[in-house]
Amino acid sequence: MPQSDPRTSTGTHEPLIRFDQVVKRFGSLTVLDRLDFTVDAGERVTLIGPSGSGKTTILRLLMTLEQVTSGVIWVGGEPLSHRYQGDRLVRANEKHQRRVRKQIGMVFQQFNLFPNMTVRQNITEGPIHSLGISREEADQRARELLEMVDLSDKIDAHPAHLSGGQQQRVAIARALAMRPKILLLDEVTSALDPELVTGVLDVLRTVAETTDITMLLVTHEMQFARDVSHRVLMFDHGRIVEEGPPEQIFGDPKEERTKAFLHAVLD
Amino acid sequence: MTWDWEFTGRIIPDLLNGLAVTVQATVLGYTLALVLGLAVALVRRIPVIGTAVFAVMEFIRCTPLLVQLVFVFSLAPNTLSAFTIGVAVLGVHYAAYTAEVYRSGIEAVPAGQWEACRALSLPLHRTWGAVILPQAIRRVIPPLGNYLIAMFKDTPLLFAITVGELMYQASQIGGVYFRYLEAMTLVGLFFLLVSVPSAILIRQLERRYAAV
Repeated sequence: MPQSDPRTSTGTHEPLIRFDQVVKRFGSLTVLDRLDFTVDAGERVTLIGPSGSGKTTILRLLMTLEQVTSGVIWVGGEPLSHRYQGDRLVRANEKHQRRVRKQIGMVFQQFNLFPNMTVRQNITEGPIHSLGISREEADQRARELLEMVDLSDKIDAHPAHLSGGQQQRVAIARALAMRPKILLLDEVTSALDPELVTGVLDVLRTVAETTDITMLLVTHEMQFARDVSHRVLMFDHGRIVEEGPPEQIFGDPKEERTKAFLHAVLD
Repeated sequence: MTWDWEFTGRIIPDLLNGLAVTVQATVLGYTLALVLGLAVALVRRIPVIGTAVFAVMEFIRCTPLLVQLVFVFSLAPNTLSAFTIGVAVLGVHYAAYTAEVYRSGIEAVPAGQWEACRALSLPLHRTWGAVILPQAIRRVIPPLGNYLIAMFKDTPLLFAITVGELMYQASQIGGVYFRYLEAMTLVGLFFLLVSVPSAILIRQLERRYAAV
């Protein structure tokens, strides 16, 4: 596993993702509370913490499935939640968000494949109609990706005829077909039967080893998080209570909250 | 009154002509209801305009079809045929119902499907045309089919605005010969002969599309 730390290689630079005083409220519930953090290009960061601590909301904000209550999210030096009007930041419109979020891909807990399309159509729909790539090229890319996730023989199957693990591997291929700089993984193994988890994690390990895609993972697979991530962020009540390299967070956590959480999860 | 077979044979051609008009009015009216209903279901999602359209549709659903037919027929310009007016009113009336069916189908598509479209930055026409509507419409084929049969059975109301459909023909015959038994019996029989196979066909579609 390449463990070169991208933060030290380029000196001072703009991080790929920056949360700047981000607040997210749902009604009276504050899910994220003036959150600041950055992720560098090529970094793989795992978000851990009890449910309701705001991990998934962070991914959903990046995918623009939710909008910030206040604060600004930056992606590649450009505001995602906002846009410039002159030199003032105003709320981003759909057109602006569509352009910026094309660098971001997401894999969902419930796969969310399109049931009315074949595996091939699922994977080529975005590249053809969103990126404007030719059908031949998109098809070629779909074949390569299906080979990587070991599902070449399912290219013309419908999702309903695949197991959960197979569906999730197609969903990973679908996200990668968009050639994203950032891949968001939202509890991608939580909905799977235990015996199907390994196959999905193996695919993600391959992605981590063979690409330099920046990854944000929300997962309860602690061993996997330990193996693939450069950094772990421990969340509680919408704030980061502790962060550090996986060896430190899992091996020698400093905060009581982290210790209690890991104790509960690993039991 | 006794059944007259010879008389029955003589009136069948006229009644078959009436049946042809009934079927035409149903097919055209239903096509209009399917297209217009979908348009209404989509427009209803737009703020303000959607509310206005909803109010109009609610009004249409809450007033009788017969009243609407006679009202529009008496106000429409003479250049429009009774058949055209009948088809238009039938179509608009049933669009008010099919719009609700489409709406329920669209709302039944899981939120994750919308989110996947967004994550792939699909343009709006692909989100609707390739993902949401194919799934929504598949779910609502059975209720839409039921409205086809309901509309077919409502076509005798066109009789009130002099459209030469089945009921109109039967009543003309009755008026001329002072015999209603054979003509009206045949009207009922003809409706049955079309409705029952249609219902069976719709049940089959339902079975085929029930599982998404």
